[in-house]
Amino acid sequence: MAKAGLNRIDMPKQAVAKRIQNFSEVATGYTPSDAHIEAARCLQCKKRYCVEGCPVNIDIPEFILALREGDMPEAARILKKTNSLPGVCGRVCPQETQCEQACILNKKEVPIAIGRLERFVADWEREHSAEVNLPKSLKPKSGKKAAVVGAGPAGLTASAELARLGHDVTLFESLHTAGGVLMYGIPEFRLPKDIVQGEVEYVKSLGVKIELNAVAGRLFSLDDLFKQGFQAVFLATGAGLPLFLNVQGENLNGVYSANEFLTRINLMKAHSFPEYDTPVKKGKKVAVIGGGNVAMDAARCALRLGAEEVSIIYRRSEVELPARKEEVENAREEGIKFHFLTSPVRFLANEQGKVRAMDCQKMELGEPDASGRRRPIPVDGSEFEMDIDLAIIALGTRPNPLVMQSAPDLQVNPNGTVAAGISGQTSHKAVWAGGDIVTGSDTVISAMGAAKRSALVMDEYLRSL
Amino acid sequence: MYTIIERQDLLPKVHLLKIQAPKVAAAAAAGQFVILRVDTEGERFPLTIADWDAQAGTVTVIYMEIGVSTRKLAKLGKGDAILDFAGPLGKPTEIENFGTVVCVSGGFAMATIVPIARAMKEAGNRVISIVGARSKDLFFWHDRLTKYSDEMIVCTDDGSAGIKGLVTEPLRDLLSSDTKLDRVIVIGPSVMMKFCSKTTQPFGVKTIVSLNPIMIDGTGMCGCCRVSLDGQTRFACVDGPEFDGHKVDWDGLLVRQKSYVAEEAVASERCRCKEEGCGNHG
Ligand SMILES: Cc1cc2nc3c(=O)[nH]c(=O)nc-3n(C[C@H](O)[C@H](O)[C@H](O)COP(=O)(O)OP(=O)(O)OC[C@H]3O[C@@H](n4cnc5c(N)ncnc54)[C@H](O)[C@@H]3O)c2cc1C
Ligand SMILES: Cc1cc2nc3c(=O)[nH]c(=O)nc-3n(C[C@H](O)[C@H](O)[C@H](O)COP(=O)(O)OP(=O)(O)OC[C@H]3O[C@@H](n4cnc5c(N)ncnc54)[C@H](O)[C@@H]3O)c2cc1C
Ligand code: SF4
Ligand code: SF4
Ligand code: FES
Ligand SMILES: [Mg+2]
Repeated sequence: MAKAGLNRIDMPKQAVAKRIQNFSEVATGYTPSDAHIEAARCLQCKKRYCVEGCPVNIDIPEFILALREGDMPEAARILKKTNSLPGVCGRVCPQETQCEQACILNKKEVPIAIGRLERFVADWEREHSAEVNLPKSLKPKSGKKAAVVGAGPAGLTASAELARLGHDVTLFESLHTAGGVLMYGIPEFRLPKDIVQGEVEYVKSLGVKIELNAVAGRLFSLDDLFKQGFQAVFLATGAGLPLFLNVQGENLNGVYSANEFLTRINLMKAHSFPEYDTPVKKGKKVAVIGGGNVAMDAARCALRLGAEEVSIIYRRSEVELPARKEEVENAREEGIKFHFLTSPVRFLANEQGKVRAMDCQKMELGEPDASGRRRPIPVDGSEFEMDIDLAIIALGTRPNPLVMQSAPDLQVNPNGTVAAGISGQTSHKAVWAGGDIVTGSDTVISAMGAAKRSALVMDEYLRSL
Repeated sequence: MYTIIERQDLLPKVHLLKIQAPKVAAAAAAGQFVILRVDTEGERFPLTIADWDAQAGTVTVIYMEIGVSTRKLAKLGKGDAILDFAGPLGKPTEIENFGTVVCVSGGFAMATIVPIARAMKEAGNRVISIVGARSKDLFFWHDRLTKYSDEMIVCTDDGSAGIKGLVTEPLRDLLSSDTKLDRVIVIGPSVMMKFCSKTTQPFGVKTIVSLNPIMIDGTGMCGCCRVSLDGQTRFACVDGPEFDGHKVDWDGLLVRQKSYVAEEAVASERCRCKEEGCGNHG
């Protein structure tokens, strides 16, 4: 057994100078030897703290043991038993606040790199799927029909679970590709799109029928689904509606929502324009407004398109930054600048109606607000102008009201989220909801956890009919 | 895949496609549009639903070749398939018995306004249509529009048919006449919609326009299609595309529509080179 060192094995990454020139994955993944050394550090605890920290309760010690013993097919089977998208989760889960935070080693030294090991196994499985031989079903066919709306992580997970539980599942997606934010939001350099599509193929292999270009609320209403013979519905349309600042000049050319900027690049491959037909603006001096993961992703994309200077403009201070530490570090390494305690007041145009500058004001932190974070207050007379030629607004998103508008009896909260109980049951008979549509923007794994809880209850309901 | 079952070339560079899309056909209503993607490298771009047949399961679009995406589409004919075809999108036109409704159109919209004129007529309105084009050779679907119009006014820039001049002139005459107008609907190039709205504004006649900002998803996710209405931001793909023309920030819209002219020129040039095989482009 390799030395159980204090430090865990670092993730190999592309060198900074190289990676800012391409959209390939930054973290290149453990080698087999890295994975074995890291796996050897695991204490195989009787009391499985780590498992409790995972929203889908992966049998973490067991998969690590299988990996350590060289039984990769078994490691893969253990992962897939509880998580239909391990290649995604191993890459984008905020492990530091979930499984790895709960790991016993976190108390004394450094937790096991559970996410990295999960990714290693999932990547092995993609190349050796024939050897894994996953069971396709857990229960006999029920003859019942379920509809899932929205093919992000929540919808994909609910579909996979319902199919494995023996139901006939159709998944409706408005875009031309399944995957949700995994396809249009999170950039290729954090989550390669062929990995997402590999996971989508797995969901299809369970018998799930995916209907693309199907916009719920326009092509069909919730009640239409029941008329078409579906007996239960899971709503998972996410929180895709972008918020704006509502300041002067926000509709100028060169001012993007993060969703638009990222969609052009990730979904439409605008970084390969003109081989691909969709264009995107490449700024020289770019300002990204916001401090979450979305802001980091947008900033790092702008850099890779060739910007000379990319700045994050955040109205609170560094300690309140909501983005994952790892991504902030990656962004810093790549040369992204940070302007804390700063907020835009208006955007200014050149003669062609394109943004040329942004007026900002400095902020100071006052008393904590409803979110528990200290409220930013503008400092009088602190306005200054910043030259920019591209601005990207990454203030967050809300659930898109399209589906809800077509279902007046579905109860919606004042912030636009769908009202749902612990297992996702809504005010509408036989309709469950989960993921960002219920929580507002959250995480991939919490969306998947919610979907799994709903699928179990939906299974009971369908079998009781 | 969505199969093309009929193609007609209505004018040089203006084509009609009848596409097999039964679900879209079953849900479509006047004023709505689809977003399509021709191939895997393609853009998502919107076209208005010019007609549909729920029984046959078909949707008809009419479009003008202007850039890469519309040119790609123009290469397809009967039997070919379109990769993606999402719809119906946008809110349907508000249809009621308003009284007298004026339908003003120009360009490809002389076709896309037909379902609206038809629905207005069926709802019991008196329908007056005003159609404009540069010259008499550029009219199509004239017969269909006539069928649903109680009165038909034709304008050409060069005077080769009907009144010589812009559609705003007969519109102003109608507004100043004794006829009480209850609603005006204008569909066509943005500049035309802008000037028609400016024409009706002093008369206080509610004027509906169908905006065509640049779109991507068409579901309210990207905010690319945002337009300003009385200072409020709206997403044309979900809140529209029809809005009150008196509230629209026209100059903002016109500027945003030109966001990518430089890139569009690059793409067009590359596409032309590929077609003509200049050998310098991939
Ligand atoms: C840029 C970015 C980076 C992120 N980074 C991370 C990260 O590193 N780690 C992490 O854990 N989380 C991250 N998140 C958050 C995470 O992606 C979301 O919490 C998660 O995707 C939510 O899953 P979901 O299935 O609820 O919704 P979504 O992923 O939003 O999927 C919803 C799906 O429904 C479809 N849809 C919408 N409306 C309709 C309709 N009317 N009819 C049919 N289909 C419809 C959408 O097209 C989409 O495919 C990030 C988010 C963004 C935007
Ligand atoms: C709701 C709506 C309905 C429409 N209906 C029709 C129709 O029935 N028939 C028709 O011929 N045209 C219609 N259009 C316009 C049509 O979408 C554009 O002509 C087309 O996208 C041009 O693409 P291109 O690549 O061929 O040209 P490009 O050279 O790329 O663009 C030419 C111009 O078209 C506009 N445009 C470009 N990309 C888009 C886009 N993704 N979305 C919207 N506009 C864009 C821009 O103003 C641009 O300057 C409609 C637009 C909207 C928004
Ligand atoms: S799915 Fe996420 S939370 Fe669960 S074990 Fe994997 S990385 Fe940890
Ligand atoms: S808590 Fe940590 S050390 Fe213990 S079994 Fe889980 S991963 Fe291994
Ligand atoms: S086209 Fe994306 S929000 Fe309207
Ligand atoms: Mg184009």
